[in-house]
Amino acid sequence: MKVMRIKKTEITDTFAEAFGMWGARVVITADTKQWARAAAASMTGFATSVIRCKLEAAVECEVPPEATPDRRPGVSVLLFTMSSKTIAGQLIDRIGQCVMTCPTTAAYNGLESEKTVSVGGKLRFFGDGYQISKLIDGRRMWRIPIMEGEFLVEESFGIRPAVGGGNLILLGTSQRIALRAATAATNAMREVAGVFLPFPQGVVGSGSKVGSRYKSMIASTNDRYCPTLRSIADQKTLPANVAAGYEIVVDGLNEYVVKEAMRRGIHAAADKGTLIVTAGNYGGELGKYKFYLHDILN
Amino acid sequence: MSATLLHLHTQPEVPLEAETLSPASIAGLSELGIEHLQVMHGNVKAKVGDFFKVTGKGTPDIHIEGDLAKVKMIGACMSEGRVIIEGNVGMHVGIGMSGGEILVKGDATDWVGPEMSGGRITVLGDAGHMVGSAFRGQSTGITGGEIFIHGSAKNEIGNSMRRGLIAIGGDAGDFTAVSMRAGTIIVMGKMGVRTGAGMVRGTVVCFEESKILPSFEYSCRYQPLFLRLYLIRLQEHGFEEKINDKHINGKYERYSGDAVELNRGEILLFSGQ
Repeated sequence: MKVMRIKKTEITDTFAEAFGMWGARVVITADTKQWARAAAASMTGFATSVIRCKLEAAVECEVPPEATPDRRPGVSVLLFTMSSKTIAGQLIDRIGQCVMTCPTTAAYNGLESEKTVSVGGKLRFFGDGYQISKLIDGRRMWRIPIMEGEFLVEESFGIRPAVGGGNLILLGTSQRIALRAATAATNAMREVAGVFLPFPQGVVGSGSKVGSRYKSMIASTNDRYCPTLRSIADQKTLPANVAAGYEIVVDGLNEYVVKEAMRRGIHAAADKGTLIVTAGNYGGELGKYKFYLHDILN
Repeated sequence: MSATLLHLHTQPEVPLEAETLSPASIAGLSELGIEHLQVMHGNVKAKVGDFFKVTGKGTPDIHIEGDLAKVKMIGACMSEGRVIIEGNVGMHVGIGMSGGEILVKGDATDWVGPEMSGGRITVLGDAGHMVGSAFRGQSTGITGGEIFIHGSAKNEIGNSMRRGLIAIGGDAGDFTAVSMRAGTIIVMGKMGVRTGAGMVRGTVVCFEESKILPSFEYSCRYQPLFLRLYLIRLQEHGFEEKINDKHINGKYERYSGDAVELNRGEILLFSGQ
């Protein structure tokens, strides 16, 4: 097995296994940055993992007024599901319940794609017959009358195949060092356009493995990396000086942006003194994509 | 590929119906072929070459020079390409147009873009009556596309229009949006009387005070978000001197009407910030 190091950090010769998903991008605007952020936070709630949330979503970036369709402060949100059939329902539910309900907001499609799903075209029925459509520069918008005035939402949103489940596992000599490295890594990874980190602040404290001894569970704790199970579970590959670990899950609109985010994350984690950078996989038989850590760095 | 150039060398004595002066009609033709295309000089058949000197083969990009105030139906039924008119133009410019772009650098006379369903007509000067309107006896005006008049236009702008956008940089005459079915008309100057008479659906926006018909009722003063998108788009199409931040960020008084019809139309009058 080849050994690769960045400074004192060991990069394991392994790969992250990732899956094909379907992605959409929603640009939320509002009168103020604070309201746009509030809508985005609400919309991306309970969206950490498809395992139980059926959706992965997070803020991609903030969008300056000059780059939004209505020249108001904006936030770009990426949302991924496992199937193209389920993404429309998620968009309708989340824009309808989390964005439309947030004062002064509007929701625009942020992803050009030949394949689209109707979102505003369904949400318009909330207008109870008083809704109005406008075709502006080839984009159909729906004006839905609401108590504060009008909610504006685009009729169709582009969806396209995407990549979910890219990951890094960062192991440290203490919990504090590992978390510091994970935080630095997530900050670096978010700089890449087209990716998002669906877990809280991008960091997973309770990484999982596939399956469980209990039939009802499709995933369970990743016991290989749990420090409290050192003498109980199978931890042959875990060095004695590892005290804690964190996982970072990264989803992206294509494999190249996921790779780039992982590359930046590894370097940032190494800069903060993490002991080992490794990745999670399932033997390579479940996911469509394999991101070899050494290849990414080369 | 360079543009096809047509230069008016003989002014028609009566209106010249030149629906053949359109990208699709001249596509692939030689200079001679274009000069032999038929036009109607009044009720007499004539050739393009009787009035125009043609330079270059037929391309989707046509430049026409001269005072064309008596030349009608330029750009008829065009679906792609570009026609640039380096002067005034006659009636029915862009009739039946579904795509492409017509730019008139002078004034246009009546009935700009009748039966239009797509594309864009820009008139840098003034326009006559019936911009984007239905022909007499027809129930529907334009069904799509954009007509941008940078100057003023006369009566019955958007008569019976069903979709599309008409923007008037100057003043509008009487009966703007009469019998309007849907779509959007934005007037940056003043409007004449009886705006929206018989309006079913659709939107009329005006930056100036205007007299509202009694069959329209005041709804509220608010900031219509959708209008920002239109105004930003118009700023990008040469109206930046007429539209500024106060219009984009400002509030508008909304009037609903026409109550003699479905009452789903709206007139939005700019009322400051």
